[in-house]
Amino acid sequence: MLPFLVIAVLSAVAQFFLPWWSIALVAFGVCFWRSRTGWRAFGNGFLGIAVVWFVYALIIHLQTGGILTGRMAELLFKTKTPVLLLLITPLIGGLVGGLAGLAGRQVRAVFAGKP
Amino acid sequence: MKVVKALFCLLISISLTVALNQQWGTVPAFGRLLSPFEGFWQNAETADPVAGNNISLKGIREEVTVLYDDLHVPHVFAKNDFDAYFAQGYITARDRLWQMEFQTHAAAGRISELIGDRALELDRYNRRLGMTYGAEKSLEGISQNPNSKLVLEAYSAGINAYIDQLKPATYPIEYKLLGYSPEPWTPIKVAFLLKQMTQTLAAGADDLMMTNIRRHLGPALTANLFPDYPFKEDPIIPAGTKWDFTPLKLPTPPANSETDSSVALNWQPHDPAIGSNNWAVGGQKTATGYPILANDPHLNLSLPSIWYQIQLVTPTMNVYGVSLPGAPGVIIGFNKDIAWGVTNVGADVLDFYKIRFRDNRRQEYWHDGKWKPVQRRVEVIKVKGKPALSDTVLYTHHGPVVYLPEEKPFRDNIPTGYAVRWIAHEADNGIQTFYLLNRAKTYDDYVKALSYYSAPAQNFVFANAAKDIAISPNGRFPLKWRDQGKFLLDGTKAANDWQGWIPAAQNPRVKNPPRGFISSANQSSTDPTYPYYINWEFETTDRGMRINDRLSGMQKVTVDSMRRLQNDVFNHQASKFLPVLLPRIQETGLTEQQKLALKTVRQWNYQQDTASIAGTIYMDWISRLEHDIWADDFPDKDDQPMRFPNSDRTLQLITEEPNARWFDNVATKNRTETIGEIVTASFQATVDTLAKRHGALGKTWAWADHKGTGIRHLIPGLDAFSALNVQIGGGPRIVNAAGRRAGPSWRMVVQTGPAVSAYGVFPGGQSGNPGSPYYLNMLETWRKGDLYELLYFKSVTEKNPRIKSTLTLSR
Repeated sequence: MLPFLVIAVLSAVAQFFLPWWSIALVAFGVCFWRSRTGWRAFGNGFLGIAVVWFVYALIIHLQTGGILTGRMAELLFKTKTPVLLLLITPLIGGLVGGLAGLAGRQVRAVFAGKP
Repeated sequence: MKVVKALFCLLISISLTVALNQQWGTVPAFGRLLSPFEGFWQNAETADPVAGNNISLKGIREEVTVLYDDLHVPHVFAKNDFDAYFAQGYITARDRLWQMEFQTHAAAGRISELIGDRALELDRYNRRLGMTYGAEKSLEGISQNPNSKLVLEAYSAGINAYIDQLKPATYPIEYKLLGYSPEPWTPIKVAFLLKQMTQTLAAGADDLMMTNIRRHLGPALTANLFPDYPFKEDPIIPAGTKWDFTPLKLPTPPANSETDSSVALNWQPHDPAIGSNNWAVGGQKTATGYPILANDPHLNLSLPSIWYQIQLVTPTMNVYGVSLPGAPGVIIGFNKDIAWGVTNVGADVLDFYKIRFRDNRRQEYWHDGKWKPVQRRVEVIKVKGKPALSDTVLYTHHGPVVYLPEEKPFRDNIPTGYAVRWIAHEADNGIQTFYLLNRAKTYDDYVKALSYYSAPAQNFVFANAAKDIAISPNGRFPLKWRDQGKFLLDGTKAANDWQGWIPAAQNPRVKNPPRGFISSANQSSTDPTYPYYINWEFETTDRGMRINDRLSGMQKVTVDSMRRLQNDVFNHQASKFLPVLLPRIQETGLTEQQKLALKTVRQWNYQQDTASIAGTIYMDWISRLEHDIWADDFPDKDDQPMRFPNSDRTLQLITEEPNARWFDNVATKNRTETIGEIVTASFQATVDTLAKRHGALGKTWAWADHKGTGIRHLIPGLDAFSALNVQIGGGPRIVNAAGRRAGPSWRMVVQTGPAVSAYGVFPGGQSGNPGSPYYLNMLETWRKGDLYELLYFKSVTEKNPRIKSTLTLSR
């Protein structure tokens, strides 16, 4: 539970100042610092990023009446349903976070193996 | 093992992140684009904040207050000129930065920089046409005048103040989609924007096609089929108006002005869908006793919207109207004393000169009995993802050589090429015209403002609260012999050069004509008594005649009756053609469906409205008929392009010369077709084609659906940011000129008087951001033919429930 929260909070803060790919650094670092298994590292990285992206995207979507979400859904996926974008956005962010988390855990394992 | 696993995971993680951070061809960088912190989500906007906003800006001199109304129109209150134009630059960029930059990139031949070598030919065309050369000349012209120099610098500084505030997350969405960043704004970009307008409105040229036709038919038949004045016309300056000046002596045409057209030049043909309407009605014909002025410029309808509404107030100016994003001031609008509007003249201000080079080195060319030096200008075209390309353009005193002979050699020993002489290559200062119009009070102010204007030549309509109305086809017109430039010209003879200019004071103009109104709809500027040559052919007179018919019959004119006239969908051309065409149809042999179609057209009231079926049939029929009459006589060959006589000449032929040889199809050797056969066959083919496309005659043939008016985003194919199949009547040659792609880009009606009131709408919205509620919010009002009241504030303290937000700009 803890790594998930740390990733969520740290990545949110980082993204206000750094490019979007800072999410990978955050997930990598946190999972390097603390994670039990590869699966958990992936899960924490995925959820930590995906939840933040989903919540922020949803807030923007609701605040602006979904005007742009609708147009972008049509542009990218030829569909008028903005829901798809609200799902794909966290999925992409989550994948980047999850894989970076997994990599963090595996790199840590290399060092842990030869103390 | 662990190491391998770790490396593998790292590799996957890094690859995915890098892949999502990168643009793949036309596919955007998905990670960056979808990030709610940085991507498109950041472009989603809400309505203007009620609380208002304060922004401090480097470069502004004193505090500026901007009131935004419910349509997001900014009302700018500044304490001096510099701040007014600085603020205009700043707030226009806030709403339209991408559009401003993209259009100037296009004009400068720099699209390849953004999208790669797909745009290379387009860029090369703009470079060869001398767009950069012309923009540099204009900037020179503008900089010579201290007023316009200040305006230009303030406006540019304002735009840069906005660009400086941006970070990737706040870039307009198009930058994110195409993957590039805004660059600093420079004053020459304003010149580029104005050149782009000149290219849109004053670069059409049929010279090559006309030359091919003259070779094909000979001079006599060419003159017969392509006359210099229409069969039916109602010119802008009312026929019979006396000219109150002593004209200059016209230059003498050379004894032999023949040239050949040794090369195929793929020049843009003139686009008939681009035109405009404007008119002003004198106080004696209006309900209030004060003049009313109306204007609707027709352009290619695009998004972000072509125009940007703004009110600019300083201690010496208070003007409202539409501006072009990328140019300072108001282009079409009003102040408390006057109102003005523009339509395109269509003057012949682009000519081709055949150049004779001394030899293959092309260092010298022959002109006026001497070898003269050729200047070289190297144009470097940057290409995204590829090395830059340099293109050397040859310049003669005529202008740049657009087409080089080696692309299609004609004779081995005489290299040939054509130089283009174009008004856009002259130093000019259009900024000054609008600077003065924005502050004008009297008719004399209007005349003075117009004297600075060069291109694209416009019919400037004028009305003021002192009850004057006036109109003037105005621009810098070259002094030519009659028909000079109707055909390609021989560039070795000095007599073919432009021989100076028509004096600005002798441009056609009329003030308070007896009929009580003035109007223009791109038809002939004057009747044949005007002593100078402006062009041999203008837009068809249909819109002009309809407007004049309606205005003549009106009394007690109101803003609303003018609004209705702007939305008039009477098909004037059909009302002239159908009475002569329908009796020619041979009814025996028509199918049931064709008979039904004929009945529908016979019962038509000529209203080209959204549901009209007859309107659909007529529009397709007339273009097929013109094709059937002329295509065999002007065969389409790649290297010898030709055009058809205009529809006015075709109407005359059908009406007065039913036995003319042109009705015979020369492709059928053994028979001679008659007018009746060609009229009937084209009608049948039209109905059959429509049935194939839309099914049996019925609702699916409705005009608006068949036409499919679309307002498209500037990036081709970006349907999601466009408004397609807009249900609106009218079309080409109709007063409400909403065509498939072009139409009324702004409609304005101004009631002058002690307290001016004005109304307007454009198809789109004030914001260029597809994520803004102000992107397309005016479209429905435009479609229905309604207008918004334009709020004209006299002071910043004025209260109005439509003011929604206040923006304060300070140091």
